[in-house]
Amino acid sequence: MPTLLEISDLRVNFLGDAGRVTRAVDGVSLGVARGRTLGVVGESGSGKSVTFLAVMGLLPKRTANVTGHIRFDGRDLLALPDHALRDLRGDRLAMIFQEPMTSLNPSLTIGEQIIEVFVRHRGLSREKARRAAIEMLRRVRIPSPEQRVDDYPHRLSGGMRQRAMIAIALACSPQLIIADEPTTALDVTIQAQILDLLRDLKAASDAAIVLITHDLGVIAEVADDVAVMYAGEVVEQAPVAALFVAPEHPYTVGLLGSLPRLDQKADQLAVIDGMVPDMSAPPPGCRFAPRCPFADDRCRAAPPPVVQISATHWSRCFKTPLARLVA
Amino acid sequence: MSALLEVENLVRHFVVRRSPLGKPTATVKAVDGVSFTVAAGETLALVGESGCGKTTVSRLVLRLIEPSRGSVRFDGQDVLALDAEALRRFRRQAQLVFQDPYGSLNPRMTVGEILAEPLALHTRLSSAKRALRVAELLDTVGLPAAAARRYPHEFSGGQRQRVAIARALAVEPKLVICDEPVSALDVSIRSQILNLLRELQRDLGLAYIFISHDLAVVKHIADRVAVMNLGQIVETAPAEQLFAQPRHPYSHALISAIPLPNPAARRDRMVLQGDLPSALAPPPGCRFHTRCPHVIERCRTQVPALIDDAGHVTACHRWRELPPPAVTTAGSAPSPALERLMAAFTKVSDVEPASGVDKVVTS
Repeated sequence: MPTLLEISDLRVNFLGDAGRVTRAVDGVSLGVARGRTLGVVGESGSGKSVTFLAVMGLLPKRTANVTGHIRFDGRDLLALPDHALRDLRGDRLAMIFQEPMTSLNPSLTIGEQIIEVFVRHRGLSREKARRAAIEMLRRVRIPSPEQRVDDYPHRLSGGMRQRAMIAIALACSPQLIIADEPTTALDVTIQAQILDLLRDLKAASDAAIVLITHDLGVIAEVADDVAVMYAGEVVEQAPVAALFVAPEHPYTVGLLGSLPRLDQKADQLAVIDGMVPDMSAPPPGCRFAPRCPFADDRCRAAPPPVVQISATHWSRCFKTPLARLVA
Repeated sequence: MSALLEVENLVRHFVVRRSPLGKPTATVKAVDGVSFTVAAGETLALVGESGCGKTTVSRLVLRLIEPSRGSVRFDGQDVLALDAEALRRFRRQAQLVFQDPYGSLNPRMTVGEILAEPLALHTRLSSAKRALRVAELLDTVGLPAAAARRYPHEFSGGQRQRVAIARALAVEPKLVICDEPVSALDVSIRSQILNLLRELQRDLGLAYIFISHDLAVVKHIADRVAVMNLGQIVETAPAEQLFAQPRHPYSHALISAIPLPNPAARRDRMVLQGDLPSALAPPPGCRFHTRCPHVIERCRTQVPALIDDAGHVTACHRWRELPPPAVTTAGSAPSPALERLMAAFTKVSDVEPASGVDKVVTS
């Protein structure tokens, strides 16, 4: 599979007051192939959203310093002029956000917001665009789309709003869909519907999907490959089955152990002690070392290497393979 | 054993629209005939989707909202008949922990002041004794004594939730109502707070009403679970039983909708179609019938009664005839090696609880 999106050595520094620089994303390299779903998992502040806001070119220019390469279908997005990026966004690149209430325009009908995409990117007449908009609403399974098209966002339930947002994102059949916590604000019953919808839409096209979430359950259900982020870095990448069966980074192990689970019984949940490091002054060695039960002096002294476990599975840890720690 | 809390046929209607003359023209039946009991030292979880009334129930029990009808008995006492002074004494025994640790702590008070306030209100401790008790409380929830001099904004979300728990514990309650206490927290912090809640229950004999939409968390912490839909309880059962064999189709749907962190898991999935009906006009008959895949004519017209079958209570016309769902085929257990690796993360807090807490942010 040819790689559609290739991020290499991406760094995002936020410039704060008094010369304070926060290294939100610090040397991230990732790739997504057509027809694949990459799950990106990590806790608040791990840099997962910032990485993909950089891909979309949506970071504020004045305070965010972005370096590295983001290749999309052969073109370097970071080198593109603004107007060229605007042509790509909403057309071949699309993003779905967490909060459907705040990311939809409350003063426009949902129809208007889909029509706008067709007019801007496909040059359709308003009449044709309206018909296309109704078709999109039908595709995301909004009931009676002919009426719903004229509704304002506040008239829709949370699940319906998220469908409307997906309809906007998918309007131009994008090649890459970035979904940032698309189901986090929804009830589980509605989440299940939206995840089903994403799976069906993916099966019907060869688009690549990046699914950003903190929920390992959602990852297990939808992703093909997983990147685990911690403190601005990808610390482990693996095919989904391998990640859950044989995680190779201690942070991934801790995350899996800290989940209360329906399918297994645990009396005591794992606890990852301490907190995410301050990214304006990250620790010199491994960033997870202060919270890692396996860390030693070597981990605290220098950044760990990337250790390849298989062609598709690697971990950024001195201790990998972890099995020898408990042998 | 008699129950610590007995709630019977609790009802609360909210008027949402009035005519120009002030007559109610639309009411939401937020809580519509809810009954349950909580024994001392037990955890009862209330689960359901947004808007099902689970939070309103907790407010009614504490009389933060006055019920329209029904009865609440705590330790044999009729809570709804208490006068202001007696109500204050009752609230000393029943405390509340909120979801949002950013919104529930006064930003202008130090943590020490926040914890001393309930002591000043409910006890006659001298200020020196209050300070001692504050230090003790901080230790109980795993925060350093120095935290007392700091303000809430200096703490992370998990630490703030510890402060909120300490405040609830200050007056030695018998019952703590936890309203989505871990929903705003990251996974690794969530497990710290869940472990803490369990330890406190074991050490202090607390009873919890645990309100949550996260069923994996509920399974971990609850002894019994009550499932609510549109203002009514549709099923109450011991947690193990409910998760292994839910009888109400709604419970089954909720449980089967949870994504399992296990790519190999296969299960009998039930995805509900459509949206939650409006609470303004709940469907007649069984309130779940518009979304239920097993609906028959009777469900549309006849309200199902709660039937108690050896402690497993269900309100469904058809639960006896429906095939029991195989909700989760237990996914393969973690390999022994992974199990041992995960154990390395639990050990830290087992061996030395004092150092097992997150450090106070000093920035």
